[in-house]
Amino acid sequence: MSTSSATPEKTGTHPSALSEFWHYFSRNKGAVIGLGIFVAILFLAIFAPVFAPHAPSEQNRDALLLAPAWMENGKATYVLGTDAVGRDILSRLIYGARFSLFIGLVVVTLSVVSGVLIGLVAGYFGGKVDIVIMRIMDIVLAFPSLLLALVLVAVLGPGLLNAMIAISLVNQPHFVRLARASVLTERDKEYVIASRVAGAGTLRLMFLTILPNCLAPLIVQATLAFSAAILDAAALGFLGMGAQPPTPEWGTMLAEAREFIQRAPWVVTFPGLAILITVLAINLMGDGLRDALDPKLKRS
Amino acid sequence: MSAIEKPKNNNLGNDTMKKISTLLAATALVSVMSTAAFAKTLVYCSEGSPEGFDPALYTAGTTFDAASRTVYNRLVEFKHGSTELEPGLAESWTVSPDGTEYTFKLRAGTKFQTTEFFTPTRDLNADDVIFSFERQLKADNPWNKYVEGAAYEYADGMGFPTLIKSIDKVDDLTVKFVLNRPEAPFLADLAMDFASILSKEYADKLAADGKMSQMNQMPLGTGPYSFVAYQTDAVIRYKANDTYWAGKQKIDDLVFAITTDAAVRAQKLKAGECHVMPYPNAADVAELKKDENLTVLEGAGLNVSYLAYNTLQAPFDKAEVRKALNQAINKQAIVDAVFQGAASVAKNPIPPTMWSYNDAVQDDAYDPEAAKKALEAAGVKDLKMKIWAMPVSRPYMLNARRAAELMQADLAKVGVTAEIVSYEWAEYLKLSKEKTRDGAVILGWTGDNGDPDNFLDTLLGCDAVGGNNRAQWCNEEFDKLVKAAKKTADQAERTKLYQEAQVVFKREAPWATLDHSVVSIPVSKKVTGFYNDPLGYHRFDGVDIAE
Amino acid sequence: MLRFLLGRIAILIPTFLGVSLIAFSFIRMLPGDPVMLMSGERVMSEEKHAQIMHDLGLDRPMPVQYLNYLTDVLSGDLGTSIVTKRPVLGEFLSLFPATLELSLCAIILAVVLGVPAGVLAAVKRGTWFDQSIMGVALIGYSMPIFWWGLLLIIFFSGYLGWTPVSGRISLMYFFPPVTGFMLIDSLLSGQAGAFKSALTYLILPTIVLGTIPLAVIARQTRSAMLEVLGEDYVRTAKSKGLSPFRVVGVHALRNALIPVITTIGLQVGVLLAGAILTETIFSWPGIGKWMVDAVFKRDYAVVQGGLLLIAGVIMLVNLAVDVTYGFINPRIRH
Repeated sequence: MSTSSATPEKTGTHPSALSEFWHYFSRNKGAVIGLGIFVAILFLAIFAPVFAPHAPSEQNRDALLLAPAWMENGKATYVLGTDAVGRDILSRLIYGARFSLFIGLVVVTLSVVSGVLIGLVAGYFGGKVDIVIMRIMDIVLAFPSLLLALVLVAVLGPGLLNAMIAISLVNQPHFVRLARASVLTERDKEYVIASRVAGAGTLRLMFLTILPNCLAPLIVQATLAFSAAILDAAALGFLGMGAQPPTPEWGTMLAEAREFIQRAPWVVTFPGLAILITVLAINLMGDGLRDALDPKLKRS
Repeated sequence: MSAIEKPKNNNLGNDTMKKISTLLAATALVSVMSTAAFAKTLVYCSEGSPEGFDPALYTAGTTFDAASRTVYNRLVEFKHGSTELEPGLAESWTVSPDGTEYTFKLRAGTKFQTTEFFTPTRDLNADDVIFSFERQLKADNPWNKYVEGAAYEYADGMGFPTLIKSIDKVDDLTVKFVLNRPEAPFLADLAMDFASILSKEYADKLAADGKMSQMNQMPLGTGPYSFVAYQTDAVIRYKANDTYWAGKQKIDDLVFAITTDAAVRAQKLKAGECHVMPYPNAADVAELKKDENLTVLEGAGLNVSYLAYNTLQAPFDKAEVRKALNQAINKQAIVDAVFQGAASVAKNPIPPTMWSYNDAVQDDAYDPEAAKKALEAAGVKDLKMKIWAMPVSRPYMLNARRAAELMQADLAKVGVTAEIVSYEWAEYLKLSKEKTRDGAVILGWTGDNGDPDNFLDTLLGCDAVGGNNRAQWCNEEFDKLVKAAKKTADQAERTKLYQEAQVVFKREAPWATLDHSVVSIPVSKKVTGFYNDPLGYHRFDGVDIAE
Repeated sequence: MLRFLLGRIAILIPTFLGVSLIAFSFIRMLPGDPVMLMSGERVMSEEKHAQIMHDLGLDRPMPVQYLNYLTDVLSGDLGTSIVTKRPVLGEFLSLFPATLELSLCAIILAVVLGVPAGVLAAVKRGTWFDQSIMGVALIGYSMPIFWWGLLLIIFFSGYLGWTPVSGRISLMYFFPPVTGFMLIDSLLSGQAGAFKSALTYLILPTIVLGTIPLAVIARQTRSAMLEVLGEDYVRTAKSKGLSPFRVVGVHALRNALIPVITTIGLQVGVLLAGAILTETIFSWPGIGKWMVDAVFKRDYAVVQGGLLLIAGVIMLVNLAVDVTYGFINPRIRH
């Protein structure tokens, strides 16, 4: 492969593509807000020990189920109140951001890498390989994702790691399908045929020639998967099958707090709000990414 | 397939249905509605679905509330609101001097319930009693495996297969139980749910019709309420048994509204959608107490929660180490954080409401300094241990995780590093039995029959090592005392033996006794005659509700 | 058309076998055995334990167990619940109408609100109206519905006392199920107030379960409409001076609805997954809660049979969507 003329649609490397991307992305105000919130949460998560007023597992036995600071029985040291064993909710939420973002990252990486690999193989080779792979994906997709994840976690044993594995597995078929479909449309395009004629090997064709041209929909899907993973992990935590206490994972915190719904609604309110805000921010970004990367919408 | 397992002929039968659909039944409707409005109905927001309606097959209190305490009776009954025994279907009984023969005289003229699915033709007799027990004890009884995977765990657990030599019919109204050995708790065992008396006539009819599994779905007994319908996971309906031997109940319709979420149950109770609810969230009790339409009945639960060391594992094989650790644990903190105060700190392995409870026993007081010194004196340094926390909430320990976290923090203060481990529940139960188990395990027990033997020998006896004895603790002195008490009929004598056993227990400290929970049952003020039952039942016999 | 249909069904067979194999093997891999769970804190003797395992056929080699299972399934026997000792299929059928009723109401809510909202947003593209509709839709799409349900309970049932907390109908009403749908049965019963009661019990769960499909449908409708509104024939219709209502309502919407219908079909899996959470929160006696309970109680037979039946339902719905789509749009039949 000698000339760049063989890959005229290649995106991402030269500066104009990046600035073009930013141009479209920033036109979507929501996306910019989402990005801002996301960066803020990321920042909080990374520097949690700096921002959190207390250690996440520090128990103050004189301050059980304290109300938020602005309420009647609140204390200024515990801005969002305390939970049943006297831990600061704000600090736990800040540390919890680490888990949620980590879950999202791991799940997306696992499912994108494995999904894209399998999808590329299915699409590129076609034939029996394709049929077998797609049938297996059909089987996975025949179950409601949360139910499948729930049973998987029950099999693997409750815990954060297993929850992430289970969610990655149920997310993966979407990437397989997407990657395969992109490959099928790209496979017979001129630039691919040209590279093949030029003597490019299978791996090179798959990863360097075809893959970069399927990136746009994959990125959009990955963003969606990121937020879905956070929601699913929280749901599993809520059902008692995700991260185990005392891990300050938001869904697990919600599950633990559920018994206080009457007496101390704030312990139920804040973890849920944290999940909502994070997921919303990522989805806002996802919309912006789609606008910026999807050429069809660009024109309209 | 219909969701309600009941015959078609209820108060709104097929015929009525047709009329209604032709829209001509306005007048018929009025009469249906008015009877519904004037009948006294009590709604109980139960915490879960019954597993089935044959109490001998199950061990869960939820199932017993729904099946045995409503529909059935036993030869001997617990007095409502107490652990004392009183005559049930047996009017009187005699025990042979050597304590191996129990002869029961049945209550004459006791009727089985007449329901829409079965009309009995004869009264209770000895055959019903023999049938009720033999099906659980004899593998060749046609009813022994009438449902797939039938296991008579309670009959097994109480040792009935080896205990009972024979059950003989002396005459129609006299039954004799012959035992292989004297067993003091036997009468109390007969008041338990698995000993409920079924109708042999009904069983024969079901067998003839090839519908044996119906025994577990549409129960028929002699109890205060007869079964009307069960809508899976939603509602169970009963009505007062017109022919109940102790008199018809004041409530006409009893409804179990299955509501698994405790917060939701509390909401429903406050909204007046139900009148009694079990197991409120500890956090909600204070608020429920404030509600002027409700009374919260509080009583000590017949339970104990403990942290069992593995006494076969070094250094926990030394009593002084175990006692030092006990001193390091702040049990009051557990009571406050896990139960919101609705529990009492435990010092003995049996609850204070049980006879023979030894109040003279001194608890190992919370004293981290002393604990530290004691550990040093025992030559234990930088101890690392595991604490097993159960994954489920039980009445005696609402949140083992939270309790473990508290203990972990306490132990850290005396230089012990504790790691919290947990397994899935079935796995937990299995692994915690093993003699080679690494670490101390949080578990507990709820009494079955109000007899101290059911705690002391069952949980701490030598033959329970590798089983229910999670501390793997076999102490000759203790074991001798409880085994002797089992064979003694005289209660005063037994009390003395059990009290001594508790002293030995405390001295040797195989467990850190954590707590006895306080059971709170919020009840509408309209309800009268409902007790917070020490055995954990929710019974509706003798209960009334104001209009 | 027939060939298309047969082809689709032929594909389902290996998928179904795969589903049954997965359901079967997952359950065997669960840690802890159900017999142990049955006895709880009480210890069962080794012999008794072994005997019950044998009675339940759990001690045979895996391939034998699978083959037995498959033969049973094909003859319509999905096994007996280990906990309740009742047939799994019977339990499923008695609980499924509750889930179906809830799901149908949720999807109706989603369509009735989502389609007009999407159309309006597309027509008024870029206005504050569009932006707020889409903002709300995105919030709905991002909602952790288990939390949403709790909030609604706190507010509407607890604080305002407007709606009942859980269940399907007030316990005052009692009639045998005919269809299993409480709304229909309450009408058939003719008891005054029964229908209204059933409706009030249904409102909160419907909102919770309908939230995500509603958001998805609104967003999908908007983008489909935008695409169609840009097409030549719509522009032509506009330029011919047809009323905007006719243009949007007749020409654009009809074409925009095709992808929306597919979206609705795809929501079935989402709904069933949502039902797991919604039913758990509202104590709704449906299959979602049934499955969660079964997972926790290690009821092998129920988890296995339930997975199979639920997957079967989803496969059938997908088939129906495929066929409908093929019917509307003959091009994809090949």
